[in-house]
Amino acid sequence: MSDNSNQRPETGAFFARDREWHSPALTPGYKTSVLRSPQRALLSLDGTISEITGPVFGHSMIGELDNDLIRNYARPGESAIGERIVVHGRVLDERGRPVRGALLEFWQANAGGRYRHKKETYLAAIDPNFGGCGRAISDDDGHYAFRTVKPGAYPWPNGVNDWRPAHIHFSVFGHGFAQRLITQMYFEGDPMIWKCPIVNTIPDRRAIEQLIAPLDWGQTIPMDSRAYKFDIVLRGRRSTIFENRLEGN
Amino acid sequence: MTQELHRLKETPSQTAGPYVHIGLTPNFCEIGGIYDVDLGTEMVNEQTVGERITICGRIFDGADVLVRDAVVEIWQADNAGLYNSPSEMRGTADPNFTGWGRCPTNSEDGYFRFETVKPGRVPFRDGRLMAPHVTLWIVARGINIGLHTRLYFCDEKEANAADPLLLRIEHRQRVETMVAQRDGSVYSLDIHLQGPKETVFLDI
Repeated sequence: MSDNSNQRPETGAFFARDREWHSPALTPGYKTSVLRSPQRALLSLDGTISEITGPVFGHSMIGELDNDLIRNYARPGESAIGERIVVHGRVLDERGRPVRGALLEFWQANAGGRYRHKKETYLAAIDPNFGGCGRAISDDDGHYAFRTVKPGAYPWPNGVNDWRPAHIHFSVFGHGFAQRLITQMYFEGDPMIWKCPIVNTIPDRRAIEQLIAPLDWGQTIPMDSRAYKFDIVLRGRRSTIFENRLEGN
Repeated sequence: MTQELHRLKETPSQTAGPYVHIGLTPNFCEIGGIYDVDLGTEMVNEQTVGERITICGRIFDGADVLVRDAVVEIWQADNAGLYNSPSEMRGTADPNFTGWGRCPTNSEDGYFRFETVKPGRVPFRDGRLMAPHVTLWIVARGINIGLHTRLYFCDEKEANAADPLLLRIEHRQRVETMVAQRDGSVYSLDIHLQGPKETVFLDI
């Protein structure tokens, strides 16, 4: 389903974001949101050229180990400790079409739930061979993949005894700045998911399920790594057949 | 019954969390050796066309306390009002200008800062010219979905007065929450997430 080379780039405005599907800004169970959520209504506006355009990144910026978190911070001949997994999936838009050339950046804690960050004080040990970040660019079919260790759960000061489920943070660039998205991926079967105040900021259970990656047995590499599949859907664009014309178009 | 639309739902947003720097600006948080430079730190080079400016600002929460763990991204047109994007059909943007930048708020003084050029004007959907502006996107711990806003320039009074977006702001005193103040070549804007000085945020 890759685009024909003689096809014009898409320039339509994006479908309006369904803000009932996303978390509201104010979610008191997630305490930090209380003072960091706007109280006034957002000013709504159909996408202008300032939002329907966006930066696009070339494959040339991706280093050889950028999508291998097991090795990209490890000393020569060593590797990160933990459950070896492959995470892969496709970036699609709401119309089901692949988003090619999407930049994905990911970050996570190590196998013990410890982040490599100076503000992190959890007593679980740092892994000297694990940095915790990586990136990839989707191919013509919208596909991406990376290799990592499965992150551990970690405690955080929200409620007296709140723990985050195992998760990987994702940041995604599509083709327009209005598609800009940061989210978190969870793992199938984790009982912590349904206890988490951050997960539970999302009002609709089906939307939460969209963040849970299933074990992908078919893609598991024997004697090496298990696999999880995580598809990401970005906002779709209106077809431009009867689009209001932008000046100069 | 009708046919199904067969539309997928957008992946729901989640907060970027307090350790967003690990993924977006690893060198900034002292994870060296994975990427040569943090993405989005260099918007201009020596050949970039246009007036060099610095854009800086701080972010405050609803108790007027500095938000020191945010990441801010900006997206803007070049000096001629063209975006460096494949969806830009009006011409070719300055190849020496990325149009996109990323900067964490500083953990001490809370400032984000971009070395860029002043953008040219671009048209609204109906063809009216918008005033020069920069799109901002803010993520942080406590923010469930990235906040969009715009930065306009205090020395573009005439253009700002006719800007189609600014004209849509019903409570006129809120317009100034999007207008950066100038000191030499530095434009600065304080962003208030909540409260009486709350910045106008956009759903676009």
